[in-house]
Amino acid sequence: MHTQTISMDSLVRRSWPEQGYTRVPAWVYSDEAIFERELNEFFYGDTWCFVGLECEHPNVGSFRRVWIGKKQVIVVRDEDGINVVENRCAHRGGAICWKNKGEAESLTCPYHQWNFTLKGDLQGVPLKRGVHGQGGMPKDFDNKMHGLRKLRVTVRGGAIWASFSDTVPPFDEYCGPELLQRLDRLMPGRPLRLLGHSRQLIPSNWKLYFENTRDPYHGTLLHTFFITFGLYRADSRHRTAPVQDGRHSSNYAVPADKNPGEDITSELTRFRGDLQLNDMEMVRFVDEYEDGGMSALQVFPGAFVQQHANVLAIRTTVPKSVGEVEIIWTYFGYADDSEDMQRIRLKQANLLGPSGFVSMDDSELLKQMNIQVSGAPESVGVVEMGGRDVEPQVTMATEVGIRAFYDFYRRTMGF
Amino acid sequence: MSTHPPLTNETARSAVQDFYEDYAATLDAGRLDDWPRYFTEDCKYRVIARENYESGLPHATIYCDGIGMIKDRVNSTRDCTVYEPRYLRHFMNGIRVSAIEGDVIRATGSFMVIESVSDKEPYVHVVGQYVDTLKHSADGLLFSERWCVYDNYRIFNSLIFPI
Repeated sequence: MHTQTISMDSLVRRSWPEQGYTRVPAWVYSDEAIFERELNEFFYGDTWCFVGLECEHPNVGSFRRVWIGKKQVIVVRDEDGINVVENRCAHRGGAICWKNKGEAESLTCPYHQWNFTLKGDLQGVPLKRGVHGQGGMPKDFDNKMHGLRKLRVTVRGGAIWASFSDTVPPFDEYCGPELLQRLDRLMPGRPLRLLGHSRQLIPSNWKLYFENTRDPYHGTLLHTFFITFGLYRADSRHRTAPVQDGRHSSNYAVPADKNPGEDITSELTRFRGDLQLNDMEMVRFVDEYEDGGMSALQVFPGAFVQQHANVLAIRTTVPKSVGEVEIIWTYFGYADDSEDMQRIRLKQANLLGPSGFVSMDDSELLKQMNIQVSGAPESVGVVEMGGRDVEPQVTMATEVGIRAFYDFYRRTMGF
Repeated sequence: MSTHPPLTNETARSAVQDFYEDYAATLDAGRLDDWPRYFTEDCKYRVIARENYESGLPHATIYCDGIGMIKDRVNSTRDCTVYEPRYLRHFMNGIRVSAIEGDVIRATGSFMVIESVSDKEPYVHVVGQYVDTLKHSADGLLFSERWCVYDNYRIFNSLIFPI
């Protein structure tokens, strides 16, 4: 009888193609059981997840509700700093916080009004001693044993990172030196200013989105806007660097620094030499770090920290189901930005997000691709651009980031 | 001296309503090239999440300052992007004129945009409120500001066209 409950999908044999990480079997994108394991191993496991900017919590009691996978957490400031606790009452599991943001003196579950401090410690149980000598909690009920689940928290450069794990290495060790240096370049401790959010639900498996953000190869071909206005071209000097055993990706380009060689424009079929913009500020790159660089940094599993020209954004990947991923875009600048710089950031943000001239290509493409890979779980993707190894390369014509991820993925998931 | 009769409380509402409906008909027909005709040279156009708007945060999903950026959005959407074919249909109600100050009119109205794509049933794409400033001249009305403030927590997949 047991076999009747097995879905058709899981009847496809779950063995990785013999070529190893240069192949991606399509069943990884549509198997419900694999998805649940990914949530446990990755999003609730030995990792750090981005949960917002410190500047979003200006006051003691400023809180926000944030998702990590299917779990909701409350991010809140108290007198000692930022706390992250699960939004699930220690009593019966009620949702404590029903709003996306606000101010609170303490945390109270609406169901039976159990009250918790901003650190998540239980401080009040209504009717604890009963009524007229009847009912109430047992005498030995200890509030200390019934706090909210607390996550580990790291604040670095104004970004807040949280982990469900007690064993994950500290954030700096988790990132490793190369990625950390790139993150610190954007967030060196200079106070940040939130510019706003965009949110979108992409009907695709989260890994298709994840792969997309570590794949410079498609960026040079799909995205006409980038190619045409020279922001991202295959002949830019580009370091494509999977780091920490393939977990993270630290990509970095210097667009003005062209690799020597012939003009490759003719190979870029989507290049539109005839296009002009009326307002060039949207693509004019102000070299604010004085190194000519742009970076695309993936902090496994859910954060993508990017600086495209002067747009600074952190994308959070929130898997909602095996076939749906929510992308939350947190746009920011620096508190001491001039009015001109802030305007440039806001204008350039037209390239990104659900209406972005670049990003809409991706969300549209991934929806279509998800239909195909879920419809053919027995099919296999090929990732051999740039060779068959997993070492960092200086080229955009490579899929090394995807190979390195699946090398890590297979080891972690046991495939 | 103005050479056109000023709008009054009596005439403004129907003029604004007609203008809104022309605007929506242009977008619903997919005539993106005609969309810039509804704006002044120094216009502001925003499609902005209500959470940002109410918090005074400036980031907008679509952010245009001036007619140049409006035209850039038309050209870039048409020539620089790939997207699944779709139809949009606007539904509007609650159009209200809140102030008339000479040739400047302030108005609001609710919108709902239904999107129909090639492989599934139509769905509510965005719902929210227009918060507008219009300029009245001898040529009629134009938007000097159009803020499309959407209530959606999130956008389903992509927002390809202006609303």
